[in-house]
Amino acid sequence: MKLMWFHLMPYTELPDDFRENNPGIWVDINSELFDPTRAHHMYNDFMDELEFAATCGFDAICVNEHHANGYGLMPSPNLIASTLARRTSDAMICVMGNSLALYNPPTRVAEEMAMIDVISGGRLIAGFPVGTPMDTCYAYGQNPSMLRDRYYEAHDLVKRAWTEREVFSFNGRYNQLRYVNIWPHPVQKPHPPIWIPGGGSVETWRWCAEMDYVYCYLSYFGYKVGLSTMRGFWNEMERLEKEPNPYRAGFLQFVGVAESREEAMRLYREPAEYFYGRCLHIDPRYAQPPGYTTEATIRARVEGQIATAAKKATARGKTATEMEDIIDQGYIMIGSPDEVAEQLRHAAKEMNVGHLMLLCQFGNMNKQLVAYNTKMFAEKVMPQIKDLFDDEWEDHWWPTPMPAGDRAVPDAALDGSVAEAAE
Amino acid sequence: MTGARETTIQVDGADFRVWTAGSGPKVGVFAGFGGLLQWTPFLCKLAETRTVIVPSLPGFPGGGGRAHVELDSQLDWLLMAREILNGCELEGEDLIGISLGAALAADVTAVWPHKTKKLVLVSPIGICDGDTPIADPWGVTPQKLPALLCANPQALEAHQKMPEGADELEWEVSQIRANEAAARLLWPNGDIGLAKRIGRIFGETLIIWGSEDKVVPPSHRPLYKNGPCGPVTEKVLDGAGHQADFDRPNDLAAMIDDYLRIST
Repeated sequence: MKLMWFHLMPYTELPDDFRENNPGIWVDINSELFDPTRAHHMYNDFMDELEFAATCGFDAICVNEHHANGYGLMPSPNLIASTLARRTSDAMICVMGNSLALYNPPTRVAEEMAMIDVISGGRLIAGFPVGTPMDTCYAYGQNPSMLRDRYYEAHDLVKRAWTEREVFSFNGRYNQLRYVNIWPHPVQKPHPPIWIPGGGSVETWRWCAEMDYVYCYLSYFGYKVGLSTMRGFWNEMERLEKEPNPYRAGFLQFVGVAESREEAMRLYREPAEYFYGRCLHIDPRYAQPPGYTTEATIRARVEGQIATAAKKATARGKTATEMEDIIDQGYIMIGSPDEVAEQLRHAAKEMNVGHLMLLCQFGNMNKQLVAYNTKMFAEKVMPQIKDLFDDEWEDHWWPTPMPAGDRAVPDAALDGSVAEAAE
Repeated sequence: MTGARETTIQVDGADFRVWTAGSGPKVGVFAGFGGLLQWTPFLCKLAETRTVIVPSLPGFPGGGGRAHVELDSQLDWLLMAREILNGCELEGEDLIGISLGAALAADVTAVWPHKTKKLVLVSPIGICDGDTPIADPWGVTPQKLPALLCANPQALEAHQKMPEGADELEWEVSQIRANEAAARLLWPNGDIGLAKRIGRIFGETLIIWGSEDKVVPPSHRPLYKNGPCGPVTEKVLDGAGHQADFDRPNDLAAMIDDYLRIST
C-alpha cells in the first residue's frame, strides 16, 4: 500500500480562549490573531517537516488548499509543492488539490500543475476538489448554484490543455478561450494521475468511476466515521461493475506514535485537543450555502464532514475535544508502533483503501514532535503495513516519474566564476 | 392553499404555477425570499380590491422545478421574467415586487419601461452601495433567517411550516431550492447591476420600506428613491421588517391599494 504524509499547515498559536471568543476558524476569523513574523517560522517549520517526511521513506508528501482558514495556511498549495519539487527527490508530490472552479481561466491550474510535474520530473499527483463551501463560496465568492458546473467544465478544460498537442479553442458555458496552448505540458502522459477528494456524494463516486480517478475521503473524524462513507463508495463501485482495487481509494487518518500508548497520550494530548478544540471550531453559518449540496445528495441524506463539524460546533458536549474522547471515537490512532500498525492495517482492510494519507502533524504540534512521530512511523509502523494489498492489486493511479538517473539534481555548486562560465 | 385559483403557464419548456384571486384591476406580484409556499394574508387582502396574479419565479416553489439552473446571467433572468409576465397576461399592468422580487420587478421595468403601468417596490434590493452590500441572507443559519427577514418571524415561520400530510423531504428540498435560486440571482452581494438601468424607469413608482428592515442598509434607500427618472413616492411602514408582507400584511396591502387607486 502507499503511505503518504499530509500537512494541513495549521496556525499553531491560536489563543487558549479561541473557541469561546471567536465565531469560527474560517471565513471571518479575526485577522488580528495572525502574526506574520510567527507565521514565517511556522511555514518554514512546516516545509522542513514535509521535506523530512520525504527523506523518511513516505511514498508521497501531500499539501492542500484552504482560504481564510486558521487551520490551513495554504491558499496556494502549488507554491509549497514547487519548493518540494526542488527540495525532494523520490517522494511523489500530491497536491490535494486545486479547487478548479476558483481559477479564471482554469488553464492557470493546468499550467502551474504542469510546471510542478516538469520541475519534479513527473512526480505530481493532481488533486481536484470542488472545495469546501467556506473556501469557494464565502472566501472566494463563487455562486454556490454554479460551482459544480464550473468545476466540471474547468476539469474538462484542464484535461484537454494537458493532453491535446494542437492549439485549440474552448467555448464553454463559463470559460471561453480562443487559444489554449499551455507551456509547459506535464511530463506524465497522458497527464498526471487525478485524484478527487470528496465527501459522501454519490455523484462524485460515479464520476470518479466514469473517469477512472481515485476517490479520497479526507476524514477528520477517523476510520470509524469514514467506514460508512467508504462502504457506500465500494457498494457503488460494485454496482458499476468496477473491480474493488483498493488503489481506487484514499483516506486521511491522524496518527500519533510513541513507545507506548501512555506515552502517546501524553505527547499528543495537547496538539490533538488544539486541533479538535480550536481548529475544528467551524461556524455553521458558512457550512451549507444553498446549491452547494446537490438535491440528489440531500435526498440521499448524506452530510459532508464540514457540515457535520459545524453542527457539532454548536452543540457543545457532542464534539470530542478532550483527548480521551478523541481517542475513544477514533479520530486519532495513537499508541505504540505495533498498536498503530494493527489499527491502520485493520482500517485499511475494512475500508479497502490502498492510499493512506497520514497526518503526523496536527494542531499545534511542534517540529521536534512532528519529526519524532514521523520517524517512529517510518521506522516502526511502515514496515508492518507496507506490503498490504501489493500481492493482489496494482496501483494504476500512481505517478510515473522520469527515471531517477534522468532527473535534474539541484546544483548547489554554482559559484559564478569565469572558469565555470567557460566550461 | 385556499383563496386563489391555480393555473400553469409554460415558459422555455418549464411549467410555472400562477395563482389568481380577486376581481378588479390586475396587479402582478413577484414574491420575496423563499417564494410562496401557500396563499398569504397579504395577497388575500390585496385581492379584496384587485385581481391579484402571482406567478412563481424560476426555482422558487412552483417555479419550473430547477428552471433557475438554466439562467446564467441577468439577461437570462430578465428574459425569463418578461416571458412569465407575458404568459400571465400582465403586460402593461401594475406590478408589485417584494425584496428579490422587487429587484426583478424593477429591472424588468427598466428594460421594458412601456410594459409596466405602476411599479411598487417593497424593500427593494439589487443595488449595492459601494462596498456596503445588503445583509447576507446566506451568512446566517436557516433557523435564524426568519428573524433577519421579519420583525415578526413567527409569521414567516408559520408560512414555512410543512402542511400535514406533505412529504417532509420534498418540502425541505423545495425550500433549499428556493434559497439556491435566490443565491443564483443575488450571490454574493445582492448586486444585479440594477444601478445601471434603474434610470430607465419613467413610470410612477412607489417604494415602501419596513421601519425594522435588517437586510437593506439605510444608505441604500436614496439609490432607489433617486434612481428612476419617473415620479417616485417613498413610504415607511412602521413595525415591519424586510418582508413587510409577512409582518404587516393588511397595512401593506392597504398602502399599496391606496397608491394604485389614487394614482390610477
